[in-house]
Amino acid sequence: MTPGAMAGVLLQVVLLIAVAPYVVGVMRQVRARLEGRAGAGIGQPWRDLRKQLAKEAISPEGSSWVFTAAPVVLLASTLVIAAVGPFISTASPLDRVADLFAVVALLLLGTVALALAGLDTGTAFGGMGASREITVAALAEPTILLVGFALSARVDSSNLAAIVDRIQDNPAQVLSPASVLAAVALAVVVVAEAGRLPVDNPSTHLELTMIHEAMVLEYSGRDLATIELAAALRLTVLLGLWANLFLPWGVATSASPSALGIGAAVFVGKVAILAVALATAEVFMAKLRLFRVPELLAGSFLFGVLAVSSSFFLA
Amino acid sequence: MSNGLYVQLLYLAVGGLLLSSVLVLWRRELSAIVRLLIVQGTLMAVVALLLAIERDSIELVVVAAEVVALKALLIPGILRRVLRDSAEARETEPLINVTASILTAAVLTLVAYGISRPLVRLAPSIETQAVPVGFAMVLIGFFVLVTRRRALSQIVGFLLLDNGIATTAFLLTGGVPGVVELAVSLDVLLIVLVLQVLAARVRLTFGGTDIDELRDLHD
Repeated sequence: MTPGAMAGVLLQVVLLIAVAPYVVGVMRQVRARLEGRAGAGIGQPWRDLRKQLAKEAISPEGSSWVFTAAPVVLLASTLVIAAVGPFISTASPLDRVADLFAVVALLLLGTVALALAGLDTGTAFGGMGASREITVAALAEPTILLVGFALSARVDSSNLAAIVDRIQDNPAQVLSPASVLAAVALAVVVVAEAGRLPVDNPSTHLELTMIHEAMVLEYSGRDLATIELAAALRLTVLLGLWANLFLPWGVATSASPSALGIGAAVFVGKVAILAVALATAEVFMAKLRLFRVPELLAGSFLFGVLAVSSSFFLA
Repeated sequence: MSNGLYVQLLYLAVGGLLLSSVLVLWRRELSAIVRLLIVQGTLMAVVALLLAIERDSIELVVVAAEVVALKALLIPGILRRVLRDSAEARETEPLINVTASILTAAVLTLVAYGISRPLVRLAPSIETQAVPVGFAMVLIGFFVLVTRRRALSQIVGFLLLDNGIATTAFLLTGGVPGVVELAVSLDVLLIVLVLQVLAARVRLTFGGTDIDELRDLHD
């Protein structure tokens, strides 16, 4: 493992952690401006995190180690993805770990940890949020697997860096039907997994609609800060993965400092554009009724099936 | 036009055809379904135009123009009029709910792929590779015909079926001769007009076009 490559991994992790709260901040600010409010500025999530980190964490009476471990598991699993994924560079020394299916499993690990913590508190909201979260995750999972299959069938490898490299070599593949369908399917799943509109509304605490917020209702202080940071990181990682799988230009293919610098700048640009686009789309969208969410996810599953089948007959 | 670009544009248009057919199952608003038909008609014309450029055929250009005029302008226009005259803006309760019909569409696409493989193997070429899409459109059209209740949705199912047959013909043989194509198109137009009149009569007599309520005989 060369020092340059290690510096690349370190840069990637630090950059993702630094950028993640700003991504959330940008999305809130765009939403505020479009709704005619002044907004709190894009630095507000970081200020919130700093404030919460200085406060003590309180565990509800009767909760077990599951409750205290969940934030750490969630953050750690997301950090592993942040370290191994091809976000700035495909020449990472941890390349062999960056399997599409392993990354999906890591994402699911965080989801399950948080759902267990929601159940552990024994409150009505925690259990309700956990059951909804697992329902959405279970419906989103087949789509992710199908999209992974469609993407890896062309490359003969489910390694993320290999997929990104291959598409960079053949830019024409970006507009193939299989790729477009897979992009749409994965976009729906990213929205569902990150808990954004129209699946979940991140800014509401209304018991009828909340999913993610219901699970983390009992957290406070440091633990809440950990979860907020992990959720922001998860959103950034998902947006970055989507961007690099379908629009892979600018990702560094070597570990030289200049390539890494360009890779980092392009990554920040791509995630910022996606975040603004997502926030703008959310303004025009209402949350779906919970019973209609399966319809949306069945639709994304259909896109996944079409992506796989068209990668066979239209290629 | 270079070969690579031709293949890519053709497959993109064909992928769009498949997508617009399955979206018909997803959307509930009848006006959105009519818009999808316009998109589909335009994409069919694009397929015909691409074939025309590839084969230097003036006849196919004429066919493409005729497809646009009929399937992207005239028939959707008629459907819009039917929609405006009726009070039914949505397909309220299809016999099979939307989630299940979306999943069925996935299965139908795979079936179409399976049954068209022997055909593709007969003469493998760039165009015939895409024939499963035509078959899938036919099957999805049949599915819409049997599961939807509103008269307009039934017409849409019939049009999907016809679009699927025409797409298959384009992809397999580069389009049937212009005269035959014209005759078939006029037939389709006639059927749509007859169905429009029929739907209007049904609505005048019964106050709605829910097919399920037409089961019993009354004096």
